[in-house]
Amino acid sequence: MTGLSAYPSSMPTLLINGLTSDLPAGAPAEGPWAPVAQLARLTGWELKPEGACLGEVCVPLPRGRESEFVRDGWFSVGALAAHLSQPVAFDAEANAWAVGEAAQDRTAALESLEAPNFTLPDHLGMEHQLQDYRGKKVFLVSWASW
Amino acid sequence: MWQALQAELADTNFQVITVALESRGVAAALPYIEPAKPTYPCLIDREHVVARLYGMINVPNAIWINEEGRIVRPNEAAGSTDGFRSMDLATRKMPDDVMKHQRDTRAAYLDGLRDWARRGEQSPWALSSDQVRERLKGTTPDQALARAHFQLGEYLWEHGNPIRARANFDQAIRLHPQSWEYKRQAWDLEEQGKSMGPEFWKAVQQLGEEKYYPEVQFPS
Repeated sequence: MTGLSAYPSSMPTLLINGLTSDLPAGAPAEGPWAPVAQLARLTGWELKPEGACLGEVCVPLPRGRESEFVRDGWFSVGALAAHLSQPVAFDAEANAWAVGEAAQDRTAALESLEAPNFTLPDHLGMEHQLQDYRGKKVFLVSWASW
Repeated sequence: MWQALQAELADTNFQVITVALESRGVAAALPYIEPAKPTYPCLIDREHVVARLYGMINVPNAIWINEEGRIVRPNEAAGSTDGFRSMDLATRKMPDDVMKHQRDTRAAYLDGLRDWARRGEQSPWALSSDQVRERLKGTTPDQALARAHFQLGEYLWEHGNPIRARANFDQAIRLHPQSWEYKRQAWDLEEQGKSMGPEFWKAVQQLGEEKYYPEVQFPS
């Protein structure tokens, strides 16, 4: 374990889209907010004319409700998560948030029957992607020491 | 065990990939990996990414994926049975008929894997798209929130806050009580070995008629 001893810290922590970020203080309201100028670095989301974009995929912000999402140069990550039905875990004492994947997105992805790709290191530290094994019959099996 | 199967099926287009769901990382997994001298990839999944993507709730859980990257058997207990529940905890022994059932189930599952490795879609073990969809269990909003709490718990554990980590693990367990992955990983992070201790056996007893390892549905 590494030693971050002081909790809660003044800066809220946000886990989202595989990123872990400390959010700057000074958000205009409750919940996880990020300055628009740092949004991509902190959250993976980018604000574009088409809406909030994650890579190639853009989500239009609901018309007439823009102020729920963007205020005084800040973007509400929490409002976007709610709009997308993404689960948000919050720990007030630790001052930390985790935005997860929407249940319906995971269900739809599995129902496509396409095996979702991932990248993980092996026990020697070499990285593998599932898609490297396209062309083979793959038996993917979990185990644990516990 | 998987090394023997991988070696036996070397002349087929079959690939074993194991994934260790280990929040403690590679150090916890290595003592089990090295003696097997594996030639297949032994992946280390600190954040339980594969469990999230494929809906795993225990170990061992397995998915079969064909050459085109399509799932032909969704997540299921990989030939394990609930036989261990009849173990006499003092002597660590199981009744003979239970042992036999466990051996037979495991052997039938491995035979299924061999059949698929050799015959591909001709094997009755390779399910049609409709059959796979019938067996898929969708993710519920509670289960999705459980995963977010588990991720937050892992982060907090990693960053020196075991008390809040445990609180988030407890949330995950409450939201997705069927997941042994959450229960057992959380016990293990509290104390190595605890995931096989009295708390575990008590939780298994509380299952009652419910299965710990829902048995694999074999082709008829």
